[in-house]
Amino acid sequence: MSQRRAFLTSAGSGALWLAGCSSGIRRSAARGLDPGDLSLLDRLTWGASAASADDWAARGRRAAVQTLLHPPAQAALPEPVQRAVDALSISQLAHPALVAEMETLRRGDDRQAYQQRLAAVAREAAVRSLLHALHSPHGLREQMVWFWFNHFNVGQTKANLRLLVGDYEQALRPHALGRFRDLLVASATHAAMLRYLDNEQNAAGRINENHARELLELHTLGVDGGYSQRDVQELARVLTGLGVNFSDTPAKVAPRLQPLYHREGFTEFHPGRHDLGDKTVLGQLVKGGRGWDEILAQLGALARHPSTARHVCRRLAVFLVADEPPPALVDRLSQRFLATDGDIAQTLETLVAAPEFTASLGRKFKDPVHYVLSALRLVADPQAPQLDMAPVMAALNRLGQPLFGRTTPDGYPLDASAWNGSGQMAARFEVARTFSRLPATPPRPAVAPDERLLRPLSERTRAVLAQATTPQDRHALLLSSPEFMLR
Amino acid sequence: MTMPTMSRRDFLQRAAAAVPLAGGAGRLWAAPASAPRLLVVFLRGAYDAASVLVPVGSDDYYAARPRIAIARPGSGPDAALALPDQSDWGLAPAWAGSMLPLYERGELAAIPFAGTHELSRSHFETQDHIELGQSDDPAAGRDFRSGFLNRLAEVLGARDAIALTSDLPLILRGAVKVPNLALGSVGRSGVDARQAALIRQMYADTPLAAPVNDGFDVRQAAQRELMGGMEAASRDAITARGFEGEARRIGRLMRERYRLGFVDVGGWDTHVGQGGGTGALATRVGELGNGLAALAQELGEAAWRDTVVVVLSEFGRTFRENGNRGTDHGHGSTYWVLGGAVRGGRVVGEQVAVRQATLFQNRDWPVLNEYRGVFAGLFQGMYGLSAAQLGRVFDGVTPQQLGLV
Repeated sequence: MSQRRAFLTSAGSGALWLAGCSSGIRRSAARGLDPGDLSLLDRLTWGASAASADDWAARGRRAAVQTLLHPPAQAALPEPVQRAVDALSISQLAHPALVAEMETLRRGDDRQAYQQRLAAVAREAAVRSLLHALHSPHGLREQMVWFWFNHFNVGQTKANLRLLVGDYEQALRPHALGRFRDLLVASATHAAMLRYLDNEQNAAGRINENHARELLELHTLGVDGGYSQRDVQELARVLTGLGVNFSDTPAKVAPRLQPLYHREGFTEFHPGRHDLGDKTVLGQLVKGGRGWDEILAQLGALARHPSTARHVCRRLAVFLVADEPPPALVDRLSQRFLATDGDIAQTLETLVAAPEFTASLGRKFKDPVHYVLSALRLVADPQAPQLDMAPVMAALNRLGQPLFGRTTPDGYPLDASAWNGSGQMAARFEVARTFSRLPATPPRPAVAPDERLLRPLSERTRAVLAQATTPQDRHALLLSSPEFMLR
Repeated sequence: MTMPTMSRRDFLQRAAAAVPLAGGAGRLWAAPASAPRLLVVFLRGAYDAASVLVPVGSDDYYAARPRIAIARPGSGPDAALALPDQSDWGLAPAWAGSMLPLYERGELAAIPFAGTHELSRSHFETQDHIELGQSDDPAAGRDFRSGFLNRLAEVLGARDAIALTSDLPLILRGAVKVPNLALGSVGRSGVDARQAALIRQMYADTPLAAPVNDGFDVRQAAQRELMGGMEAASRDAITARGFEGEARRIGRLMRERYRLGFVDVGGWDTHVGQGGGTGALATRVGELGNGLAALAQELGEAAWRDTVVVVLSEFGRTFRENGNRGTDHGHGSTYWVLGGAVRGGRVVGEQVAVRQATLFQNRDWPVLNEYRGVFAGLFQGMYGLSAAQLGRVFDGVTPQQLGLV
């Protein structure tokens, strides 16, 4: 009780400015965080946890934010978490070997075994991703990995995509705070995307424009970005011949085209299926006959397009600021994006420093993935991290936002109105109750949250919490509170 | 073949009583229990209309789809079904046991060449556009908080609207707070009455008070009705899987409690290997038909007589098959209207011969029956809305009189 009182006292200090961090802000005794710090931590990670709060307190606000924006390349997971990741079968077998094994299984008679193995692989990929999200010290990168997967969404229900979604996420991960062009190339040339949007079927004279259309509409320029049906068709021509090959044998190519053949992992560029003619995309002549290089050059041009800057920066601002981000902020972000050749960390630096960002803290409605992960981070014990991801996945399913589960290429919606209906709210209260009864690890009793990690609660919420009958009851009510729906 | 005139007159009399005489905007009036029921079924992903209402009279159709066309009636087991008094159109064979009987009873009508003039050919953009039901003029701006079924609920003063989806769709967002319920998840709730009361208390006077209260109320009621029904008549327990199971639950809930509903069904984006009379798309079409027939059955004869179901999709697909035995994003679609008192057994609305020469942009079916006009005409007939009331649902739209109700 006394700890809680200390927290509530410190909640009175309201200054949230980054610049104000060095002096004049009272800190609660144990974790050393004021509401401004906690608001930032709730927004720039999947939610405040004991480990992230301690780390933040040790570094101070400015350094903590810088570390989130520029994390080291390798995630330093807590040791038990790393062991759990290493123990997954997808970690023990390199992805090509896994695919080879699965292809053998697929050609065999046992359909059920194949399907079960596919499901297990996808499940492990989700487990790996959730273990990072819950326990990695680099919370902003983890959020951005989810954001980019969602931006370049593939749904795992199609064909053998369950085998590929984990590798697809791994392909995006190194660039999550890197350059947009690299993200775009990683996505557009990955077997998961080529299969998901049918580009493996797209060949000269037999155009399939699905991938080209979503590339323009969703991944780069945006639907109002100034392209035409003609541009979709021309871009589809550029992308002809870009497909997948899961076998060891390269495709047969006519000798004169052999120099253009290209293979990277399961992605295969087949010059015999490619339209070698010139194209015109967005008013620019695309010189034909260059194959793979032509595709990379075209993706680079799309990544640098001003409409792309606007579209991507608006999405970033919807994710990290507000459902209707101020246009002036989106303008500044777009300028930064263009000036830095699409550097995401530098664009986010501008975002975090913006007064519009500071003003928005604690006001963004959590989507289910934020809700579920923040609820579990609230009780994450650094000494005994939760390793069983089954309840996490069950909760995300229940709330309609499972990992890799969005079947349409537009990704999950990022705004409140998609997630704050009555059905969702009722389901969240059930999830809150379930979580309040979770043991940290099986032999341990249910855990109660450290309430010093919470932003200030209203008087009404505190009055209701005072009526809780048990620690579990209080826990469930906390997770059900209006304040906990926001980040 | 058509319904007895008596029941149609009943339907219209009830319709006239459906609209509150003095319902100001935002004021909630319980619609009379006899108001017609409306269920809108949105096929997300743009279903290939030509594979369901098949243009069997068109040589160009067979020429444009050498590998995926559905054969003319009588030409084999997977051929299109013949429709009474129709030489231009046939029906998907997957609807033989479900929708064909409804058509033959005069309870199902097709509206080909239906859709929106929106031209992005983007699923998401077009779905949003239709659900909002606002002006086509880009300069008019859009209010992303107001869907057209919500505006209808507002005009009707109906409290008994529901989205049968896991989250509230755009079409039902707006001034009237409409609950949503995913029918897959109506289990026993772990939250007890004391906790629910405390949670309601925390949200009192917050912007989320309405959805929180609705969430508790709707789940309790749905549990009561669905569970009660199953215990009372275990022989027709809702056990069917997939859309049919969902449709049965919808039928039961709409019979007992709701008069304005929305549900969506995904999985129609057939760029590759869609098949013809059989195959991936035919399976999906069959499930849809079975579901809709089951819905009618679950509602029961009396309730089915004052129920109208509209099935729509964001756009049609390309007239010609693509290189992968599939079809790409097109324009005009076919909408379906069914119900016990619908004047069906007809293919209605503006039509042109299905030929290469009549294609829109030499690619797709044209849109000759704009969706807002179609819905406006339907709402006028169902609810007896005045021009001013219709104007609040669809601003500046002339209702298209198809005589469906």
